[in-house]
Amino acid sequence: MKILVCISHVPDTTSKINFTEGDTKFDTTGVQFVINPNDEFGLTRAMWFKEKQGANVTVVNVGGPETEPTLRKALAIGADAAIRVNTAAKDGFQVAKELASVVNEGAYDLVIAGRESIDYNGGMVPGMLAALTKANYVTNCISLDVDGSNATAVREIDGGKETVTTSLPLVIGGQKGLVEESDLRIPNMRGIMMARQKPLSVVEPTNASSETNSVQFEKPAPKGAVTLVDADNIDQLVSLLHNEAKVI
Amino acid sequence: MSVLVYTESEQGKFKKVAFEVASYAKAVADQLGTTVTAVAVNAGDASELGAYGVDKVLTINNSDLDKFNANAYAAALEQAAKQEGSKVVVLSSSADSKYLAPLVAVSLEAGYASNVVETPSNTAPFTVKRTAFTNKAFNLTSIDTDVKVVGVSKNAFGLVETSGNATSEDFSPSIPTSGVTVQSVDKATDKVTIADAEIVVSGGRGLKGPENWGMVEELAEVLGAATACSKPVSDLGWRPHSEHVGQTGKPVASNLYIAIGISGAIQHLAGINSSKVKVVINTDPEAPFFKAADYGVVGDAFEVVPTLIEKLKAFKAQNA
Ligand SMILES: Cc1cc2nc3c(=O)[nH]c(=O)nc-3n(C[C@H](O)[C@H](O)[C@H](O)COP(=O)(O)OP(=O)(O)OC[C@H]3O[C@@H](n4cnc5c(N)ncnc54)[C@H](O)[C@@H]3O)c2cc1C
Ligand SMILES: Nc1ncnc2c1ncn2[C@@H]1O[C@H](COP(=O)(O)O)[C@@H](O)[C@H]1O
Repeated sequence: MKILVCISHVPDTTSKINFTEGDTKFDTTGVQFVINPNDEFGLTRAMWFKEKQGANVTVVNVGGPETEPTLRKALAIGADAAIRVNTAAKDGFQVAKELASVVNEGAYDLVIAGRESIDYNGGMVPGMLAALTKANYVTNCISLDVDGSNATAVREIDGGKETVTTSLPLVIGGQKGLVEESDLRIPNMRGIMMARQKPLSVVEPTNASSETNSVQFEKPAPKGAVTLVDADNIDQLVSLLHNEAKVI
Repeated sequence: MSVLVYTESEQGKFKKVAFEVASYAKAVADQLGTTVTAVAVNAGDASELGAYGVDKVLTINNSDLDKFNANAYAAALEQAAKQEGSKVVVLSSSADSKYLAPLVAVSLEAGYASNVVETPSNTAPFTVKRTAFTNKAFNLTSIDTDVKVVGVSKNAFGLVETSGNATSEDFSPSIPTSGVTVQSVDKATDKVTIADAEIVVSGGRGLKGPENWGMVEELAEVLGAATACSKPVSDLGWRPHSEHVGQTGKPVASNLYIAIGISGAIQHLAGINSSKVKVVINTDPEAPFFKAADYGVVGDAFEVVPTLIEKLKAFKAQNA
C-alpha cells in the first residue's frame, strides 16, 4: 500500500498570534512551527500500517523551504520519503490542486490528511483533494482499517459516530482517535540520524490558482474584566446569568 | 441568481442551524438584491423556512438519502445551484455541512470560505470575515470566483425572523452511486450535543476523577446543556474523546460555557472563545481562565457546583 500523508506546517498551539505589514501578514517572529496536530495522528496511523501491514509512507507539504524542518521531523518519526511542492500555500483550493498533481503522479492508494489545520482551520483540503482525484472521502475520521482494497472507517458526527465501509483509493481527514495521544512518537536520535539519509524531493508547482484571497487580519476585541461572584452568594450568579447576560 | 442555502434536518425536522443559515442567506440575498432558495432533504414542513427569509424550497424526497452521504448530498446541491443559477451557496458549520462544502466547491469551481462570522462587508469583491488561528484572530477573505461557497459559523449570526412565505417545489436530482456506505450510526438521542447546545458545562482536571462527574451531569441536566471536558480529562480516560473541547478538540460556540476546575490554558481557550458568555469556577484566583471569563467564582467546585444546582432548580421552579 502506498500512503501519502499531507502535512501542514503550523504555529505551535502556545503561539501568540500577531500580524505585520498593516495586519496583512502573519508575524512569524519567535513562532515555533510544528506538524499540525491532526496530521500527527494521521502520520502515526500511517506508521502503524507500515509496521503491521506493510506500507510505504510519503509525507508531503505545499510550502516554501521554511517547512523542511517539519518534513524532516516527519521523516524522523518514520516516514520513508518526503515531497515539498515549492510554492507558498495561498488557499485550500490551490493547495488541494497542487496535492492532486502529487497524488496522480505517485498513484497513492491512501491519502491521510487532517480534519483541519489549526492555523487556517479551513477544513477543506482533504475534501477538495478527494473530489479532484475522484477518490472516496471520509472526514472527522477517528478510526481506519484497511483490508486489501477495502476500508472501514469511523467518522465522528455531531453527537455520536458513524461507521462506514469504502474502498481505495481513499482520502481521509483524520483527527485524535485515529491513534491515541499516548501512541504519538517523539523522534529519537536514531530516527533523526536516519531522516538525514531519506529523500526529501522538492517538486515545482503546477502553479494552480487560488480562488480566495486573504485581505486582512484582525485580532478579537480585548475582553472586559471578569465579574467575580462570592462563593457564598451563588444566588447572585444565577441572577446575573438571567438578568444581565440573559443566557438562562 | 438566488442565494442557495442547505437547510439540514434530522428525522424530518429542521435543525436550529437550518434557520440560522437561512437567516444568513436572506441577509446576503438582500445585499445582492435577490431571493433565497433552500434545499431540504427528506424534511418535514418546508414552509417553516419562510419565517427565516426563504422564498422557495427545493424539496427532495428520496429514501436513498435517509442516511447522510456526502457525495450524494453534494451532487444534489450542485444540481440545485446550477438549476437556480446561484452565485452564492450557504452552508452551516455542522459536521455534515463541513463534510459537504469542499465537495460542492470543487464541483461548482467555487472558492470556499469556512467559519464565516458576518455577512459580506463588500459584495464586489465578495469579502467575508472568518475566524482563523482557532479563534485567536479573524481573517477578511475575498472569494474571487463567479460562484462562492460560504460556511457560516455556529451562533455567529443568530436567527432573524421575517414574515415571508416559502413556496415548495419538488426537486429530484440524479444521485450518483457513492463509494462510501454507512453501516451503522451510533448516536445518543437523549443527550444534547456540543454542536447543537445553547449551554455547555465543562469539567477539567480540577474535578480529580471520573467518579466526580455526577454533579457536572446534573448541572448540565438542569440547564439542558451538553457536557464537555478539557483535553487531559479525555486523555486520562475520565471522559470520552468526543467531549474534548479546545484547539485540538471540538470547537464550542454556545451562548453559555461553564468551566469547572479548568485552568484556562491557551489551547483550551482557543476552542471555546467564540462562546458568548463564559463562567469559571476555580479554587485558584490566579487561574488564567479568570482573564477570559465574564463571570467567575473563586471557590471549591465540590461546594460551588452543588449549590449552583440547587439555586438553579429553585430558579427554574420559580420561573416555570
Ligand atoms: C499540542 C497541544 C494541544 C492541546 N490542545 C488542548 C485542547 O484542545 N483542549 C484542552 O483543554 N487542552 C489542550 N491542551 C492542554 C492544555 O495545555 C492544558 O494542559 C489543559 O487544558 C489543562 O487542563 P485542565 O485545565 O483540565 O487541567 P489543569 O491545568 O490541571 O487545571 C486544573 C484546574 O483546576 C483547578 N482546581 C483544582 N481543584 C479544584 C477544585 N476543587 N475546584 C475548582 N477548581 C479546582 C486548579 O486550580 C486548576 O486551575 C493542549 C496541549 C498541547 C501541548
Ligand atoms: N500546505 C499544505 N501542505 C500539505 N498539506 C496540507 C497543507 N495545508 C493543509 N494540508 C492538509 O489538509 C488538512 C486540512 O487543512 P485545511 O483545509 O487547511 O484545514 C491538514 O491537516 C493537512 O493534512
